[in-house]
Amino acid sequence: MTLLDDTTAASTDERVTRRGDDSAVLRIDEANVAMVETVDIDPNADTPMIVNMGPVHPSTHGVLRLVLEMQGEQVLRSKPVIGYLHTGMEKTGEQLSFMQGPTNVTRMDYASPLFNELVFSLATEELLGIEVPPRAQWIRTLMCELNRISSHMLFQATNGMDVGAVSMMLYGNRLREETLRILEKITGLRMNHNYIRPGGVAADLHDGWQEDIGGLLDLLPPLIDEFDELLTGQPIFQERLQGVGAINSAECLALGVTGPILRGSGYAWDLRRDMPYLKYDELDFDVIVGTYGDCFDRYAVRLAEARESIRIVGQCIDKMPPGDYRLQDKKVTPPPRARIDESMEALIHHFKIFTEGFKVPEGEVYVAVESPRGELGCYMVSDGGAHPYRMHIRAPSFVNLQTMPHMMNEALVADVVAIISSVDPVLGEVDR
Amino acid sequence: MSDEATAQSDALDAEGAIEADPPASAYGVPVTNERDQQVLFPDRDNYIATIEALKADGFVSAVDLCGVDNLTRAHRSLPAGVAPERFEVVVSLLAHEPPRRTRVRVQVPESDPTIATLFDLYPGTENLERETWDMFGIVFENHPDPSRILMPPDWQGHPLRKDFAVGTVPVQFKGASAPR
Repeated sequence: MTLLDDTTAASTDERVTRRGDDSAVLRIDEANVAMVETVDIDPNADTPMIVNMGPVHPSTHGVLRLVLEMQGEQVLRSKPVIGYLHTGMEKTGEQLSFMQGPTNVTRMDYASPLFNELVFSLATEELLGIEVPPRAQWIRTLMCELNRISSHMLFQATNGMDVGAVSMMLYGNRLREETLRILEKITGLRMNHNYIRPGGVAADLHDGWQEDIGGLLDLLPPLIDEFDELLTGQPIFQERLQGVGAINSAECLALGVTGPILRGSGYAWDLRRDMPYLKYDELDFDVIVGTYGDCFDRYAVRLAEARESIRIVGQCIDKMPPGDYRLQDKKVTPPPRARIDESMEALIHHFKIFTEGFKVPEGEVYVAVESPRGELGCYMVSDGGAHPYRMHIRAPSFVNLQTMPHMMNEALVADVVAIISSVDPVLGEVDR
Repeated sequence: MSDEATAQSDALDAEGAIEADPPASAYGVPVTNERDQQVLFPDRDNYIATIEALKADGFVSAVDLCGVDNLTRAHRSLPAGVAPERFEVVVSLLAHEPPRRTRVRVQVPESDPTIATLFDLYPGTENLERETWDMFGIVFENHPDPSRILMPPDWQGHPLRKDFAVGTVPVQFKGASAPR
């Protein structure tokens, strides 16, 4: 929305539109790179060498494989090779009913599963033309922000470890676990919650949830401040990240990049503020932006966003209204368990929902939310049946991955790890 | 400058007209406004021209591009003048000032599943177009890297097509003997 300074405004996207050998993207056949017998390199010659990194490298965040063209220790061109975790979840989504869908999509981005469930549910509700009760919307907002904290803390853990601050793995994961403990208490599971469903959420908040979450909000800020002491001001950490992997906002926009990478480049765009969904228009929070678009800015943006999420969670506690936690439309949400023993209609509704599912009017819709990684979208087509005709998830990591070759161009091989980490891809979401 | 001003005023006219009474066309192509989401229906010949006009109107990012196989959905409702074909390529565009979205749906026939690439306008569609080729077999002409992205390079078929069966192909590893 707002460009911070003239250098960013004058920046160009020329670098990312190149097609030929001058592009930073190494567009070669990935199958042949893996065949060692075809490699014919004189080790003394001063020619670039192609090196495979991954897919089982510990700092590639899962099964990301990078094909790097190296000149000595410098990376010239590179290409991320993906698909090692592809399980056909979009195809699976066409076989499952709208009722079962969240179980499937929650396994895509396993670091922020609630956002996947949210975007699927919002798309289904948009097609159905229903609006969920206010309390359900507030619960969704609250849970998503808790999930954003846990996701950004996981980033702090892996980012610290990737650049050599191994103890950050403990600091970051401790905060993540504290947050996941609350999520487990509310949803029953640490991950893959299947909590946000079409029509509302699966269960109401438990008794004493205010104290539980309030305790978390007291606990987190001093622990997050520790990151400032241990990392932000630390010269070695700054040397590793500052000026590494810089990308400007024009390039980000051309590449369709969203989330902390775009904001780190100084461009304030956040769907929560600019295209509000749920109850974000009633909340007070800041959109965090960086200046230089380098790895350090992306680190700082995520750290500050976790603090903003704590602010939002606090407001959610104060503003949580009473009421239904899901829509009382028995065609969409199942009746309470106790009603099934008393009411024939409740039994029939329960049986129909869990065997056939509910029918969704014909149409197509695109819905997007701001996940910790950027714009998470769901394009859903219904043919009037109980299953999505087409369910496409616009995964932010999948699109953001395209920045890597440009960030790595002319970087050192040691910076490659820092750059992968700062993009923060979740390979389950990339490959789906 | 004058060109930009004209383009902007054109866009404003188009938007104002949509709010008043849904017109049959915007940017010279059929348009619908279902569920408050604007959808444009260019054909393959004016696909690039439409996207160019949208980009000039402030749609800075192509956030999403995907395919749809309408094998069993030939009777779906489309605006007048749009002939249904088996495949559709769906592009979601995002503008920031003011924040708004639009969607472009292009019909792609089964007999000739090709369409122009958006790489030169929005380089971020490179991976998304590779995925659409991988999953639906839709060829993006002049794409810089027309290769599979999610499936193995030696995979046969395009999994998200409706006639690609589920559950009939056993889990397959490269090099292992398989019926197909």
